[in-house]
Amino acid sequence: MDFSDALLLARIQFAFTVSFHIIFPAFSIGLASYLATLEGLWLWTGRRVFLDLFNYWKKIFAVAFGMGVVSGIVMSYQFGTNWSVFSDKVGPVIGPLMGYEVLSAFFLEAGFLGIMLFGLNRVGPRLHFFATLMVAFGTFLSAFWILSANSWMHTPQGHAINEAGQFIPVDWWQVIFNPSFPYRLAHMLLAAYITTALVVGATGALHLLRDRADPAARIMFSMAMWMAAIVAPIQAVVGDMHGLNTLKHQPAKIAAMEGHFDTYEGAPLILFGIPNDREERVDYKVEIPRLGSFILTHDWSGKVRGLKEWPREQRPPSRIVFWSFRIMVGAGLLMIALGLWTLLLRWRRTLYDAPWTWRAALLMGPSGFVAVLAGWITTEVGRQPWTVYGLLTTAQSVSPIDAAAVGTSLVAFIVVYFALFGAGTFYLLRLMYKQVAAGADELPRDEPIRAAGITPAPVMREAGGAP
Amino acid sequence: MTLDLPFIWAALIAFAVLAYVILDGFDLGVGILFPFMPHRKHRDEMMNSVAPVWDGNETWLVLGGGGLFAVFPLAYAVIMPALYAPLIVMLLGLIFRGVAFEFRWKTERGRFLWDWAFAGGSTLAAFAQGIALGALVQGIPVADRAYAGGWWDWLTPFSLLTGVALVVGYALLGATWLVYKAEGEVQARAYRFAMLAAIGTVALIGAVSLWTPFLRDIYMQRWLAWPQILYTAPVPLLVAATTFVLLKSLREKRELSPFLASLALFVLCFVGLGIGFYPYIVPHSVTIWDAAGPDASLGFLLIGALALLPLILAYTAYSYWVFRGKVNAKGGHYH
Repeated sequence: MDFSDALLLARIQFAFTVSFHIIFPAFSIGLASYLATLEGLWLWTGRRVFLDLFNYWKKIFAVAFGMGVVSGIVMSYQFGTNWSVFSDKVGPVIGPLMGYEVLSAFFLEAGFLGIMLFGLNRVGPRLHFFATLMVAFGTFLSAFWILSANSWMHTPQGHAINEAGQFIPVDWWQVIFNPSFPYRLAHMLLAAYITTALVVGATGALHLLRDRADPAARIMFSMAMWMAAIVAPIQAVVGDMHGLNTLKHQPAKIAAMEGHFDTYEGAPLILFGIPNDREERVDYKVEIPRLGSFILTHDWSGKVRGLKEWPREQRPPSRIVFWSFRIMVGAGLLMIALGLWTLLLRWRRTLYDAPWTWRAALLMGPSGFVAVLAGWITTEVGRQPWTVYGLLTTAQSVSPIDAAAVGTSLVAFIVVYFALFGAGTFYLLRLMYKQVAAGADELPRDEPIRAAGITPAPVMREAGGAP
Repeated sequence: MTLDLPFIWAALIAFAVLAYVILDGFDLGVGILFPFMPHRKHRDEMMNSVAPVWDGNETWLVLGGGGLFAVFPLAYAVIMPALYAPLIVMLLGLIFRGVAFEFRWKTERGRFLWDWAFAGGSTLAAFAQGIALGALVQGIPVADRAYAGGWWDWLTPFSLLTGVALVVGYALLGATWLVYKAEGEVQARAYRFAMLAAIGTVALIGAVSLWTPFLRDIYMQRWLAWPQILYTAPVPLLVAATTFVLLKSLREKRELSPFLASLALFVLCFVGLGIGFYPYIVPHSVTIWDAAGPDASLGFLLIGALALLPLILAYTAYSYWVFRGKVNAKGGHYH
């Protein structure tokens, strides 16, 4: 590693800040929908326990959402500081997509988050439920725009290039709905759902281990395991479709993920090994003959292109991508196994008498984040050496910066992020460690009212004053 | 009929930046004043006065930065590297104070740490923004669609002065905000700080204004040459009038007028800067029209901005209306 290389440092800085950032939105997207589900169930069944659960997860959502906003501000400025050439060239296409993300997220935050966090005895259940739905919808909108922008970088279309070398939009519809976007969006939204389900499941499992009769813990655990059992297998199918789409548009990425240096007809599936980019081979590999071709082409002797088909400077680094992909798939298989196992327990009526399963679910709590990060590393490192695929390289995108400046800011970000988000994670875990209080309501009394948006007059009376 | 989209967008982004400065300005100011208010109950009260609105205020910063990236990508690509260090410091400061808002209420033992994070982060962010402003006023050299200066160009005596000026100016906004929102001891202290900050702010505005024309000829011509002076003279005259109103209202122990007068001071300074910058978006190398992206980009985003910005503004106004009146340490508002 050459730490006097500004490009490398800028890449590390982006990877570090975006990895920290994605954890919170992934959790917020899933949690917003889970909150809407809980509230809907409460309105539909009238059972108080759903409301207790809603109030419990609401507080956790507030902290996670706050950290997502704060770490997101850094992202919106980082394109300019470290990737100014990229900003200048790609701004006309990507900028408006991100602008829409800011506008829609801002709108949601200003309008509905406050009502949702406020508790419903102030605005009435119907308006409150509408607000919760809008918050969930807002997280979708954010994901929609950001993933559209990111997908365009992978599969650019609908643009032209002007004399200043800028990408300019020709057909917005084509830009937004670029070829990899639907797959990436579906894959990420499902990932957010599963990630949240595993956190909820782990929390439920923790409380079951302490008190197996805790009704709120039973509901949490059961709902989360339904999610794992149903959605994790669907995610495997969507992931496979996403992979086939990638094979069509970014075959070099697939070759790096599979560890294929040579082009085969009837390629093996390499289970494990250590790709060696310099020697163009995979060391210590364990492989299943012909299965690779079958998975990718649905033909036992289909042709699969290897990395040697591209010049060295156009290949993504196989070692990182090969392993991050396997970590993601491995985590996914564990989730499917957990989901199916709990189905069996349900059938045997022993879901609430299975301490070892609860312990397994507790251990699986963070696995969604691991899979999300591994998946993003796979797709983004697999995009290398390009920022805009096939059109603009990462090396061309970087600011004319000084390595010392990037290095210094990188160290500062690492120190600050670990300190602050470490504390934040600690508070989140502490909130999840608490049991769900029956009949409790609202945020703690000594905390200020935090809301932007509609807070009708009854709030004021509630808040200890007379309007 | 063709619209001059770059001009419309320049006005919109200028508005977003102004909205950010005056809105986040007072809650940063509350953080700057934190060390001078040692009592915990007072600090709770101060924090509660901005708790409902601060993150909405900060979003204007993302809107300004995001808008610049989308609409004036060349300006974004030049200004960000030019102001690299102050921007990073500003972001770190904002992170600190942002999480302090969340976490200060979650702990007893660690509360003093979050108090320091809130105060330090606010002061640092304000100082960095002031330095960035000074660096912009000095002008940013551009060659071949990229920043063409050095890594330390932003650091000059002038930019340090504007840094201090903005910290004092935000402290004025924070203090007059507290005069409006608080009662009793906190309000009494806020009056004293507001008086000091008012005198400091006006003195610093004067110093910066006198220094600026000697930085570059273009400012000299804009501000002091005949006949332009006929157009520009109202600005300093209005500043003087506003100062008079501000000091008078503080002496008479008015509650809302000092805050409004302080806001007016900021708006006037902003207009003054605009006069000095126009038609450049990167002073004095890239004009609004040079930096603008294609109309296809500007028009596409304008639809969303025109649809959503009024709603956002209406919500913002409404939430300020709901939270009008006094705050207390328990987090309640009453009027």
